[in-house]
Amino acid sequence: MMTVETRDLMLRYRETTALDGLSFALEGGKIYGLLGRNGSGKSTLLSVLAAFRKADEGDILIDGEPVFENPRVTRQIALIRENVDVPDTDDKIERVLEFAACYRPNWDADYAARLLDVFELDPKKKVKELSRGKQSALGAVLGLAARAPLTMFDETYLGMDAPSRYRFYDAILDDYIAHPRTIIISTHLIEEVARIFEEVVIIDKGRLVLHEPVETLTARGATVTGPAEQVEAFADGQTILNERQLGRTKSVMVYGQVTDEQRQHARDTGLDLEPIALQDLFVYLTNSKGDAQ
Amino acid sequence: MFDERSPIYRQIADQIKGDILSGALAEEEQVMSTNQYASFYRINPATAAKAFQQLVDEGILYKKRGIGMFVAMNARTTLLRQDRECFFTEFVDPMVAKARAIEIPLAEVIGHIQRLAKEEAR
Repeated sequence: MMTVETRDLMLRYRETTALDGLSFALEGGKIYGLLGRNGSGKSTLLSVLAAFRKADEGDILIDGEPVFENPRVTRQIALIRENVDVPDTDDKIERVLEFAACYRPNWDADYAARLLDVFELDPKKKVKELSRGKQSALGAVLGLAARAPLTMFDETYLGMDAPSRYRFYDAILDDYIAHPRTIIISTHLIEEVARIFEEVVIIDKGRLVLHEPVETLTARGATVTGPAEQVEAFADGQTILNERQLGRTKSVMVYGQVTDEQRQHARDTGLDLEPIALQDLFVYLTNSKGDAQ
Repeated sequence: MFDERSPIYRQIADQIKGDILSGALAEEEQVMSTNQYASFYRINPATAAKAFQQLVDEGILYKKRGIGMFVAMNARTTLLRQDRECFFTEFVDPMVAKARAIEIPLAEVIGHIQRLAKEEAR
């Protein structure tokens, strides 16, 4: 499986630092969620992983090899960006697919044709005539049918309506099950797609916030609700992400190891424990002071 | 499809347990694969695998190398014991607490249960 490793990546645009010493290692063969706020460096990171751009400093190893100007590796990578990368938007979809078939070593033309049906794309239509959502759908087709050992989707859902997005997530999951590979999905619509992630990488201001299996992360916190006094006793010594009070009832979101004994004790004392949704954890982990969303 | 209040893998594990208790899944019967579960529930296969692992740890399922997961011999008995152990704390105690909260005399609750018992006996 295609491993992905970055070490101390730095990349500056004129005045902003997009990647600021970013290091992480993915063992591959999983579906990864890449999460971060606007301007956190997600798109920049994916561009350097796909060798569309070179980092100022640091190393990237894909499958153990440097990626930049290394066609042996870049042939194995598909990055679908917000704006569909096609040579000529005057081309019809069928021409775009023929072109993809030429340069994608694992291209599956039958699967591409099935996906056109799934997303209701007419192969005779020109790319420039497509709506925003249909352009994203074309990106989804190009990314999935490429069957690249490292497949990355950078917010490939813009303009798609909810049914199309769900078809996209289902298609990713089904095709991943049939053809396991390393898939990285960057998104803002965390709740919708969280169930198909195995691990998440959260970045903020070009730095790594965390990289963990989704289950570990969501098991790390809980929302505790009940009589204020008992809730406070439970939350004592824990990292509190958020608290709300309604009369004598208090609700506190704690982040940290909650042991089974603590959970049992909470239930026995009449407290209500709920898991924290990934989206909520993400908001609190990346919500730096002064610029609350 | 899933209740937001407990982790997905635990819900899948509970569902499999429910199927074993109801007899929908027999002892020594093969369980669907993690991939089948993942694709049915639209979740990552690792999440489904975690549910299976939990059931293996509890002795409910066992793995046959290269074939798949099977319901363990005596799985139903084990589950019945587990469920019986927590029946009073999980169902009866909250029921009594609720009855008290809305001021239903316990005698009335007991009377209702006795009527149900009589109907069953008929």
